[in-house]
Amino acid sequence: MRVRSGAVAAAVGVIAAVTAPAVAPGVAGAETEETAESPTVLRVAVTQNIDSLNPFIAIFASSTELMRLMYEFVTLPSAEDQSPVGGLAESWETSEDNLTWTFTMRDDVQWSDGEPVTAEDVAFTYNLMLEDEAARTANGNFVSAFESVVAEDETTLVVTTATPQATMLALDIPIVPEHIWSEVDDIASFTNDTMPVVGSGPFILTEYRAEQFIRMEANPDYFRGPAEIDELQFLFYRNADAAVQALRTGEVDLVNRLTPAQVDALRDVEGIAVNEAQGRRFYELATNPGAATRDGTPIGDGHPALEDVRVRQAINQAIDRDVLVDRVLGGYGEPGAGYIPPVFQDYHWTPSEEQRWDFDLDAANELLDEAGYPMGDDGVRVDGDDRPLSFRLYGRSDRAFDTQAGEFVRNWLGEIGIEVDLQIMAGTRLNELTGEGVYDLAFSGWGVNPDPDYVLGIQTCGQRPGEDGTGGTTDAFFCDEEFDDLYAAQLAEFDPEARRALVADMQELFYEQSSSMTLFYENALEAYRSDRFEGFQLQPDPGGVIREQNGYWGYYGAQPADGAAGGGGGVDTGVILAGIAVVVLLGGGAAVLIARRRRATADDRE
Amino acid sequence: MVSDVLAPSESLGDAPDSEGRSGGGSGLARYVASKVAGAATSLLLVILLGFFLFRVLPGDPVQTMTRGRAVSAEQIAELRERFGLDLPLWQQFIDYLFGVLRGDLGVSYFYSRPVSDLIAERFWPTVLLAGSATILAVLLGIWLGTRSAWRHGSRFDRTATGVALTLWSVPTFWLGLIVLMVFAVGVGPIPGMFPTGGITSPDTPPGVIPYVLDVAHHLVLPCITMVAVIFAQYQMVMRSSLLEEMGADYLTTARAKGLRDELVRRRHAVPNAMLPTVTLIFLHLGLVVSGAIMVETVFSWPGLGLLTYQALDVPDLPLLQGTFIVLAGAVVAMNLVADLLYRFLDPRVRAS
Repeated sequence: MRVRSGAVAAAVGVIAAVTAPAVAPGVAGAETEETAESPTVLRVAVTQNIDSLNPFIAIFASSTELMRLMYEFVTLPSAEDQSPVGGLAESWETSEDNLTWTFTMRDDVQWSDGEPVTAEDVAFTYNLMLEDEAARTANGNFVSAFESVVAEDETTLVVTTATPQATMLALDIPIVPEHIWSEVDDIASFTNDTMPVVGSGPFILTEYRAEQFIRMEANPDYFRGPAEIDELQFLFYRNADAAVQALRTGEVDLVNRLTPAQVDALRDVEGIAVNEAQGRRFYELATNPGAATRDGTPIGDGHPALEDVRVRQAINQAIDRDVLVDRVLGGYGEPGAGYIPPVFQDYHWTPSEEQRWDFDLDAANELLDEAGYPMGDDGVRVDGDDRPLSFRLYGRSDRAFDTQAGEFVRNWLGEIGIEVDLQIMAGTRLNELTGEGVYDLAFSGWGVNPDPDYVLGIQTCGQRPGEDGTGGTTDAFFCDEEFDDLYAAQLAEFDPEARRALVADMQELFYEQSSSMTLFYENALEAYRSDRFEGFQLQPDPGGVIREQNGYWGYYGAQPADGAAGGGGGVDTGVILAGIAVVVLLGGGAAVLIARRRRATADDRE
Repeated sequence: MVSDVLAPSESLGDAPDSEGRSGGGSGLARYVASKVAGAATSLLLVILLGFFLFRVLPGDPVQTMTRGRAVSAEQIAELRERFGLDLPLWQQFIDYLFGVLRGDLGVSYFYSRPVSDLIAERFWPTVLLAGSATILAVLLGIWLGTRSAWRHGSRFDRTATGVALTLWSVPTFWLGLIVLMVFAVGVGPIPGMFPTGGITSPDTPPGVIPYVLDVAHHLVLPCITMVAVIFAQYQMVMRSSLLEEMGADYLTTARAKGLRDELVRRRHAVPNAMLPTVTLIFLHLGLVVSGAIMVETVFSWPGLGLLTYQALDVPDLPLLQGTFIVLAGAVVAMNLVADLLYRFLDPRVRAS
């Protein structure tokens, strides 16, 4: 019986020890408040995984966010308005025909191991992508028109392209050190996890534990000057609600990708501030305007009535975007019309009064009457072949918007004699079905880059699938020659004003065609511990985001708030006392148990 | 998550049956050999099933991974080729089968790393969580089950059974969130005492003891959640098998000898009632690993469950197949152990 009571005592010891760390940070926090030199650590909750630390392969938003902190770019979008500013490059000029770009590099930038950063490193990075398939995985589209990249001397880089490329100042490619990466045999399997990882960005990656945390230290030799905070930690949360709770307890200082409900719950919490940023995403209702492959062969089984532009326009008029923003987004967003979100002021387009279709069920009904879709006895319209206007509407189960918006859309379309069969499914299933053209209506959405080229490109005819029905990156089989012409023109247009006008024309045409209808632009919702940090640089400023920027400005600007609590944060004296109380209670309980055991064994012996 | 846990006990019926044919000195060897051969066959079927099962999952992994990204059709073709998705299905399977036999589970699409490395990394956190939760659940279940049966119909019995069945039927995810809200964030007078997720914190001072304490501190909430959900089955099995024993003659005899009630229970009734519980424990050990998926997701515990959950998201076929083989393999292995143990524990199985 000795053994047994010994075990109980040991258990008590373990419990006491386990609860002890809860107490310890509070104590440590109290101490650090007095010592001014303790490092300032900004802790960020990450809910998305890191797919790779290799900048050529990593494609997830969370990973690219890390890459932006670890590596500098040649040029990058400014914090204020996303216009290109110099990174490694000090200045640049183009030839008359816009095919040759000459960048002059700064001569005062160092790799974190002390080697200088030169034009050779940039040339090496770009050439690696031209030569190695695997190195094109993440950012290959940026170099697809490159013909040659040459470092003429330490500070001069010359890039020639086969066709004029308007995105040359928005190359989202992290520049890697040649003296490290030239030793890599196989880019595809290189994990890039030798700590500290040599880079030239504002933060140096010093520790990575998969699915646990990432530690980055401020680069003391960063050419713009070291960041105000000493350390940046990313903590992994697989459950977004748990991440929000961690913000409340002070375990993390910054959380993003919040839902409207989460923001509402955090809004009144003391010491927490909410950032309602204009988002860079749009949310759309895509139709099947006649799915076809690149050579025009019809595929899938979309409803033929949707090939009629008037049917699509009627649907467009039958959707009340204000209600969607209000009820689905909880007010955290803006009703949509143009294709590019308003956060990109230069390219955002809004229809004029005459062009604009406001929510008008009568007008939509009239339009369908005129177009020759008479209302059937059951309140559902039929087309020329007596086929009822009954559409499948697909949504994703992992996006709550789809279920909610889907119900509204079903009701509105019901009012104009269109029957909607709402089906919510896994995202992968939805992608598969829409990719094959097996749908009528579907919810979709895209994140837009500062340069609109890519997101406009997915609406061109050439992005439809090949003859075998695969390999397309089209959004919803939109194909319009005029749109394609405008697309080609904007890509080759180097005058910003003229390019803006072309992009506006494309959006007007797209709106008119109503192949896909932009419903709203959701805000990017973030929250942070305002009692500990301030000065996050937004992008764009004002109205922009702290996290997942096209750059590193958000973290780089962060600084400790006035009168901020020390490193521990969150755990206060009450918790310490409670912790002690729990230990005492458990210990007392165990003592009673031991005593009872003793008595019981004594009885047995009788 | 573990609703099918009680079912496998039926398979125990096989053990005595196959025993009937064996006899003599080589009986044990033949018994073991037949069980091992059965397990090996099951594993082969698992590999076969795993491969084709995940091929019918909707979604082209390459399309899913690159969706919302600026990729050209050429890049997509390159990715397909790199992952071997351009080969005919039968060839993909042959490649895969020989790979598995060599211990090579392929390369994860998502992480661009060998699947076996990823699984090895996540294996121990799951064993730690599932193992400690099982030990606690078994102890709690046996203790509560014994008391309930001995005083069946009492208020203690009714309360304990009610609580156990309620927790058993509560959704794990929901229970986990409640536990998290109450003990990590704190509600009313209860302060937040434990971390909201993860297995370690970045700020723990170096050294073995701080590390162990840090992990233990993170372990508390997921472990409590898991125990709460799974202890009911041990309690119920222990309760019912002890109830069966209680009518037995030998207990009357023991009592007639004048032994105290508690002694009769501890020394005579409980050991005999333990047999079904012990086999259940081993059968369940294989399943408990996959049962950790929900708990790991709520508490961001970096184990196999979380790995599987993420692999489903992509879908990351090699990783899914790999975790499927490991999880199913654990069930097969533990079934084998239970079969062998059953023969060892129950004299009736040996006597033929």
